[in-house]
Amino acid sequence: MSRIAPPLASNTSAFERHSLFFESGLPRNRWNRVFTGVAAVFAGLAVLPLVLVLLYVLIQGGKLLSPQLLTQLPPAPGFDGGGIGNAIIGTVVVSLIASLIAIPVGVGGGIYLSEYAGRGWFPPFVRFGNDVLAGVPSIVCGVFIYGIIVATRLFFGQSYSAMAGGIALAVLMLPTVIKTTDEGLKLVPQEMRWGAYGVGASRFVTISRVVLPAALTPIATGVVLAIARAAGETAPLIFTALFSPFWPEGIFNPIATMSVLIFNFAIMPYEAQNSLAWAASFVLVLMILAANLLARWLGSLSRR
Amino acid sequence: MTSSSQAASADQQRRNDVCMALQDVTISYGKFEAVRGVYMDIPSGRVTAFIGPSGCGKSTVLRALNRMNDLIPGCSLKGRVLFDGQDLYNPKVDPVEVRRRIGMVFQKPNPFPKTIYENIAFGARINGFRGDMDELVERSLRKAAVWDECKDKLQESGLALSGGQQQRLCIARAIATEPEVILMDEPCSALDPISTLKVEETMHELKRSYTIIIVTHNMQQAVRVADMTAFFNAEAVDGGTGKLGYLVEYSETEKIFNAPGQQATLDYVSGRFG
Repeated sequence: MSRIAPPLASNTSAFERHSLFFESGLPRNRWNRVFTGVAAVFAGLAVLPLVLVLLYVLIQGGKLLSPQLLTQLPPAPGFDGGGIGNAIIGTVVVSLIASLIAIPVGVGGGIYLSEYAGRGWFPPFVRFGNDVLAGVPSIVCGVFIYGIIVATRLFFGQSYSAMAGGIALAVLMLPTVIKTTDEGLKLVPQEMRWGAYGVGASRFVTISRVVLPAALTPIATGVVLAIARAAGETAPLIFTALFSPFWPEGIFNPIATMSVLIFNFAIMPYEAQNSLAWAASFVLVLMILAANLLARWLGSLSRR
Repeated sequence: MTSSSQAASADQQRRNDVCMALQDVTISYGKFEAVRGVYMDIPSGRVTAFIGPSGCGKSTVLRALNRMNDLIPGCSLKGRVLFDGQDLYNPKVDPVEVRRRIGMVFQKPNPFPKTIYENIAFGARINGFRGDMDELVERSLRKAAVWDECKDKLQESGLALSGGQQQRLCIARAIATEPEVILMDEPCSALDPISTLKVEETMHELKRSYTIIIVTHNMQQAVRVADMTAFFNAEAVDGGTGKLGYLVEYSETEKIFNAPGQQATLDYVSGRFG
């Protein structure tokens, strides 16, 4: 008996055939729904803290927002009213000191790594060290500055000072600034440098007049984010800048900052101080939000 | 070209003026030799083209002429490159000064992210130009045949121009510093045929006042623009991973394309390989 080849549209196919229409009851479609649901739940849980923190701070702190909050000193324990004026100024001063140190050093270091270092063991070593420094807990930066500046009374015999706090924050900012500068500069096409060298520019002119302006946006973005992060830090400031219930008295004296004010006031057994801590949280969150928006805006400039 | 004998003899005279001379030039990247033993006299006031298959080292040789290879880590040169009677690789020579006298236009248009005006003014300014900057910008853009297209938008970014316009802006930028020689590394490879034609017209204009050396993959382009043509080839080396380039033949363009002296040249220009 000769065997007949089965026709193409045979019913004896090894595969199960379904209708072309969507069937929600199929196992693959059921599993699809299950995993979409699971992913959505976890995504919701992930953004929940963000939303809750913002909302809670907004409700607790936002209701205290007033001109006097921003312009007055905190009250003595047991009294009502007052504001966080000195802490706002203090945060600005300490962040400014930190920026004045970290931006030149960090941008300079980034330029060295990207433009001057060339090849060899040194640049990778610095990059690795920089990444490690970025991961060092902020309290360790604080202890370090406490050890070399505060405990030794390095500045005019002063121990705790705005200067010490600023330096501690600068140490914290440095890795971010170095890394974003290094990476921002690497994004500048090599042809741009060749173009400048090709018209007879020296290395310095090439870097300062062509490469740096071209990388300004990513560098500025990184710097703003680094400042925003530093401005919110508490640990490095507790035992460097300390705190002061008075208006700032120069940069070589202890100074109030918002993060340390929150730390001190939130756990005090006085109602007025507790609500000031909430208000300071609110102002701090707003400042950091504003800095992040500024960074995003700076970042969008380069994509135009 | 005029047919009068006087012009012809003047032409002959110019042809004999050697602008740049390469003497036994060998260029290596690290331990690996890219081009070996190039001898060549490049005449002034003419267009010289470098042709050859990929990897034959023609761009490497071009970049050696204004010490652009210094920017590539590990690149070294043996032999002599003479310009103006001076060995450019003498340790006392300042490469920045070399590049001011020998300008360069690159394969990819690379205007600076500045205004069109600033793109031109940048080179002039760093070279200590003290004349009328507006006039220099206009003159350079006119010479590069791009003035009409950007005279109304001098304060707009150079990156807003089309690719062909950007490349002519880069040529204008190179001319603005008034170099004696302009090196062009495949200046038209990223351009469409119409832009290419315009850049070639620009080259014809420029050769009255400058010596031009151009690397091109396009043999028709060499025929159209070049007075002299150098054909480079490459061969695999024993034990090496890459290919070693060398100069096969260097002569008048007409001779290279119509009556080459070497079989390899004939094979290449007639399209049998490469």
